[in-house]
Amino acid sequence: MPSHDVLVIGAGLAGQRAALAAAEQGVSVGIVSKVHPVRSHSNAAQGGINAALNPDDSWESHAFDTVKGSDYLGDQDAIEIMAREAPEEILHMEHLGVTFHRNEEGKLGTRAFGGASAARTYYVADITGQAIMHVLYEQLMKYSEQITRYEEWFSSSLAIDENGECCGVVTRNVADGSMELFQAKSVILATGGSGQIWKPTTNALICNGDGIAMAYRVGAKLMDMEMIQYHPTTLAGKGFLITEGARGEGALLLNKNGERFMEKYAPNKMELASRDVVSRAEQTEINEGRGFPDGTVALDITVVPKKRIHEALREIVLVGRDFAGVDITREPIHIKPGNHYTMGGVKTDVEGRTDIPGLYAAGEVACVSVHGGNRLGANSLLDTLIFGKHSGRDAAARALRTDWSKPSGKVLEDEQAMIDDINGREKGSGRRVSEIKLELGQTMDGKVAVFRDEAGITEALETVRRLKEEAKTAYIDDHGSVFNQDLLGAIELGYMLDVAECSCIGALERKESRGAQYRTDYPERNDEEWLKHINLEKTDEGPEISYSEVTITQWQPEARTY
Amino acid sequence: MADYTIKVRRYQPESGDPAYWEEFNVELDPSLSVLDGLLQAKDREDGSLAVRCSCRAAICGSCGMKVNGQSTLGCKTQIGEAQEQADKMASALGTTADVASTPIRGVGGGTEGTESGPDIETATIPAGGPVPIVIEPMGNMPVIKDLVTDMESTHWTKIRRVTPWLLPHGEAPEREYIVEPESMIDITQSMACIQCGACVSSCLSMEADPLFIGPAALAKAYRFVGDPRDAETSERLTDLAHDPHGIYDCTHCFSCVDACPKGVAPMDQIMRLRRKAGENGIEDPNSGHSHEMAFVNIIEKKGTLDESLLLQESFAPGVLGKLMPTKRAIKEMIGSLPTAVRGIKTGKMRSLPKLIPGVHHKLPGGAQDDVKAIYKHAEEHNEEFNLYIKGEEGELADEPDIEKGAERSTSPANAEAK
Repeated sequence: MPSHDVLVIGAGLAGQRAALAAAEQGVSVGIVSKVHPVRSHSNAAQGGINAALNPDDSWESHAFDTVKGSDYLGDQDAIEIMAREAPEEILHMEHLGVTFHRNEEGKLGTRAFGGASAARTYYVADITGQAIMHVLYEQLMKYSEQITRYEEWFSSSLAIDENGECCGVVTRNVADGSMELFQAKSVILATGGSGQIWKPTTNALICNGDGIAMAYRVGAKLMDMEMIQYHPTTLAGKGFLITEGARGEGALLLNKNGERFMEKYAPNKMELASRDVVSRAEQTEINEGRGFPDGTVALDITVVPKKRIHEALREIVLVGRDFAGVDITREPIHIKPGNHYTMGGVKTDVEGRTDIPGLYAAGEVACVSVHGGNRLGANSLLDTLIFGKHSGRDAAARALRTDWSKPSGKVLEDEQAMIDDINGREKGSGRRVSEIKLELGQTMDGKVAVFRDEAGITEALETVRRLKEEAKTAYIDDHGSVFNQDLLGAIELGYMLDVAECSCIGALERKESRGAQYRTDYPERNDEEWLKHINLEKTDEGPEISYSEVTITQWQPEARTY
Repeated sequence: MADYTIKVRRYQPESGDPAYWEEFNVELDPSLSVLDGLLQAKDREDGSLAVRCSCRAAICGSCGMKVNGQSTLGCKTQIGEAQEQADKMASALGTTADVASTPIRGVGGGTEGTESGPDIETATIPAGGPVPIVIEPMGNMPVIKDLVTDMESTHWTKIRRVTPWLLPHGEAPEREYIVEPESMIDITQSMACIQCGACVSSCLSMEADPLFIGPAALAKAYRFVGDPRDAETSERLTDLAHDPHGIYDCTHCFSCVDACPKGVAPMDQIMRLRRKAGENGIEDPNSGHSHEMAFVNIIEKKGTLDESLLLQESFAPGVLGKLMPTKRAIKEMIGSLPTAVRGIKTGKMRSLPKLIPGVHHKLPGGAQDDVKAIYKHAEEHNEEFNLYIKGEEGELADEPDIEKGAERSTSPANAEAK
């Protein structure tokens, strides 16, 4: 049985940062990822990372922007920690080797981003996530003695000991199908979000809510699962992301009449209002017939100087050319709001601790909550690093004061039985796994998107519950051991359906409009009744709802205009 | 929507069968990708079809594969374009049979040069049928299953070979390191690498010498050599120049530049490493730098390559070298004789008289002065042409202030090329 003091599941930015932070404390660390670490979805974060590092900026300003961006659902203690520690973390990344953009003096330079009152976004062209993640992976290679990497190992169940503490995880070596029960004193979930539940989405095919579902299944509370961000600028149909950095560089949003419609919705911040605000504005234009026939509006990047585009938006030039056939330096590109980010997730405190002792969560899988109802652009990378670091340190500290608890082999047997059951289904015994995923994605994008109402969400919930039943008999073609992606896809479908159910329940429960949750049947924010988190806990009858307080330190809720 | 036939090189290790070709009919918009086509086949017909993939947007680097023989990312190749390419290749061969049945390099022949790549019979389809898009796993790597290759043994071990982390000296500054803004943009080109392996798959040198450190790892090395924060530039360059499978093992074939989906241009990074090694006066046991300088000097003097001077200029340059060759130079020159003989036999060196010094013809008229003018221009315009900063050639058409792509051939990078 492989064992490590701290075991990290997922190797994107949060996972790698957590592993490095834990290793610094002198404990043995294992990091398990179902894909090679550099394939993780943190890659896709293009625009940058926020920090109030300039002498004339302040962490309080960054924190307030984040609180306002969250529509006051973010926990202000956590937001304060994130904003305060951001400058030091950026410098740490710079010292490790991230090739951040420099200004003419050779110092770190910034760009403007949405919802921010100062230009405080640090960046590497428009490959910031990729650049930071590859540098962290360099560090993992450097510290290979302290950190063991399990690349292409798929985690499927958390092990809980008789005291109710997390003590390990069941994983499958993708290369040969062998199953292992990993033992650990602390387990950190860093498995990312759940965007694949929606179709289309900007998220990678690996973002199936794995960690959210694994934690939920062993009794951890989930929080604010209704808060799903639709990004304002994605390619229609394919869901590819066009960075907010484009608007940060000056690009305009235009409807089919050539009107700069953000004037109506956010007269001050215009294109750089919060994402939920911009997405709703676009969707309103489209719904009211001022969009293009393909259900889009236009993003005009041609107003940005060409040299600047090539220097700072290189990736977007390629995305436009390769995936939309558009030269963005010469013509506007058609975009629409598209599923992008899971603000909700496994409920944690500021050290990444979940309700289950020994189980931590960091990054998109977690809900600390620093993003509340709506995440600001360039705060996600920051969230992964800051709370990855906190989780890693706390998990290591816990490991140092905790004795080994041997996980019961039953969890491995149960897992094998589950796999045997899937493998045993005859072709034609039910639907194909891929069919169910497609129906799920279309349902969620249709009913639990930018605008929602009770009838639509209820319909989506019923569909999800039907699909859960159908998934029990869904069959796969591949019954082998080596690289059986078909089997993993069936396990992932289970994760997706659990998470989808929770998102529907949360959306149905929150009878107000706040951040990404816009209920056409409850169009106002209602602080009296709903300035609180919605928590969900697994029971045999489905998710059980409870509430928790939003932590407010110094910013009382106000009307939110941009 | 359009119909396509994709022909996939399958290998199912647990079946005990050798690799085989299988065709799938898919229906999708031409603007969607080859990966979308594969995923449709996987979703609708055969879930056992293995292909690594994640982001679908050419950023995660999972889906390196060969499409119609060309190493690329499946998600970045539009299926409509892949079809046009397949049609073109088939008609160029005067047949409607698919490209996989023809002995084009890298197509249909399996994984030459890899240990565990199974041999397979190439398939043909009846004349008159549609031309399929041929999809194979990456080259220069063992195949694990279908399109999934073993990148650990062929790619990642080499990445780790170049000490792929920053090695600054002393304490980190209180704030950020102050560096030239251009230097960060310069290495961002190699930072843009997504480790997909397409360059490794296409590398001809690696096919001949599997130990070659290779385009991806050397591009990664440049990311540190070019980084002003790294304090071990000279150690890194010495290491890479001394390794017989290092920077001088590249043959300048441009395959990696063609294959790279991210504009990293690994070969350009290798040339930068060579240039920096030369600038740092690193004597390498491979005589790689002096060999390059021999080309530069001979052409400056004669206009074209005088093979008779090449060996001597490489190992014992100049009049001094000729009069008093070092022991090592003599050893190297004698050691090179079999290569010279082979060159004559195979027609690479056209005739024996060409090896006699002085026989080599000079350029007619004032042409030699033109050559010298090109050298002078190149030296005066000693500027890096970095695609990452300046965009691609076509994109510069209406920006006259930026050097045109045409000048690239006279840049120092290429003047030193062998």
